[in-house]
Amino acid sequence: MPSLKELKGRINSVKSTQKITKAKQMVAAAKLRRAQAAAEAGRPYATRLSAVMASLASKVSGSAAPKLLAGTGSDQRNLLVVVNTDKGLCGGLNSNLVKAAKAKARELLAEGKQVEFYLVGKKGRAPLKRDFPSLIGGGFDTSTVKTPGFTEAEAIANELIALFDAGKFDVAHLIYPTFKSALAQDPTVTQLIPVPAPAEAPVADAVVQYEPGEEEILEELLPRYVRTQLFGALLEREASEQGASMTAMDNATRNAGELIQKLTIQYNRSRQAAITTELIEIIAGAEAL
Amino acid sequence: MPLHFELVTPAKLVRSEEVYMVVVPGTEGEFGVLEGHAPFMSTIRDGAVQVFAKEGAAPEIIQVRGGFAEVGEKGLTVLAEHVEA
Repeated sequence: MPSLKELKGRINSVKSTQKITKAKQMVAAAKLRRAQAAAEAGRPYATRLSAVMASLASKVSGSAAPKLLAGTGSDQRNLLVVVNTDKGLCGGLNSNLVKAAKAKARELLAEGKQVEFYLVGKKGRAPLKRDFPSLIGGGFDTSTVKTPGFTEAEAIANELIALFDAGKFDVAHLIYPTFKSALAQDPTVTQLIPVPAPAEAPVADAVVQYEPGEEEILEELLPRYVRTQLFGALLEREASEQGASMTAMDNATRNAGELIQKLTIQYNRSRQAAITTELIEIIAGAEAL
Repeated sequence: MPLHFELVTPAKLVRSEEVYMVVVPGTEGEFGVLEGHAPFMSTIRDGAVQVFAKEGAAPEIIQVRGGFAEVGEKGLTVLAEHVEA
């Protein structure tokens, strides 16, 4: 049985923990709204770009297609671009992402292919390194900026495209969380490079003039498309992180509340017991006289 | 008939409005787009997009970097990676 003083101390420490988790929850809720707005604002660009991509890619095919679309002709060396968060306190988000990345890596390795990781964000490094110590390649640190924006996406995309042009890998997969709701963020795996050929384009009703040629435009467009994909992943990550953090902290606050209640009851009981013992002692003493 | 003009960046929809004419800095030269322009697509070089709200009015200048312009039935859409208003 802990003493009254110990109990009091524990109650106080749980109370201050609850204050922290509550504050973090409120911060996450506010940030989530902003992140969601940002994700929505980015959608028009992405939809337009993929529409244009689809109409162009169907026209330019075969040997004329740029390398970013056609690929290197091999799928032996794979690069897994894993987008994790920089901060913790967001529940199972990062471990789910890492789990998805590991599953993909195992699947590729089982097919006898080579795998390398490219890590965006801090939180994926340690768990992936534990399982695949020799496969961790480059990475991009997003913790230096407050909210990663298009500049960061551009930097990542440029580095990836440079690696691709240098022939360091054949296929790149992007693994990032998709924000569904504050409760659910699913890890998603998509092919990033070569750019997957879009589904059948809507039949163009008019003859479109291209300046310069279609191929040149497509060549310009593909890096942009990769950048937009990464930017979208960063936005999703931001929203997912805040959503997951909000839920996790909400749970933590509730658990702390329950614990406080339990401890308080225990504290009160101990106090009562002590008082009763004292009373009995006094009464027994008085009777003895 | 006004021309529907949209300027989009990855971060947001910067403009979506009815204007008289837009002059776009294409890679192979500037071109002006009026209502009823034929379907057309061009990459753009870094430079100024001039937006004429009314005929004869002074243009509003928007600096853009990296992107392309598309003219379709719905009007002109400029997709730019960076915009400095």
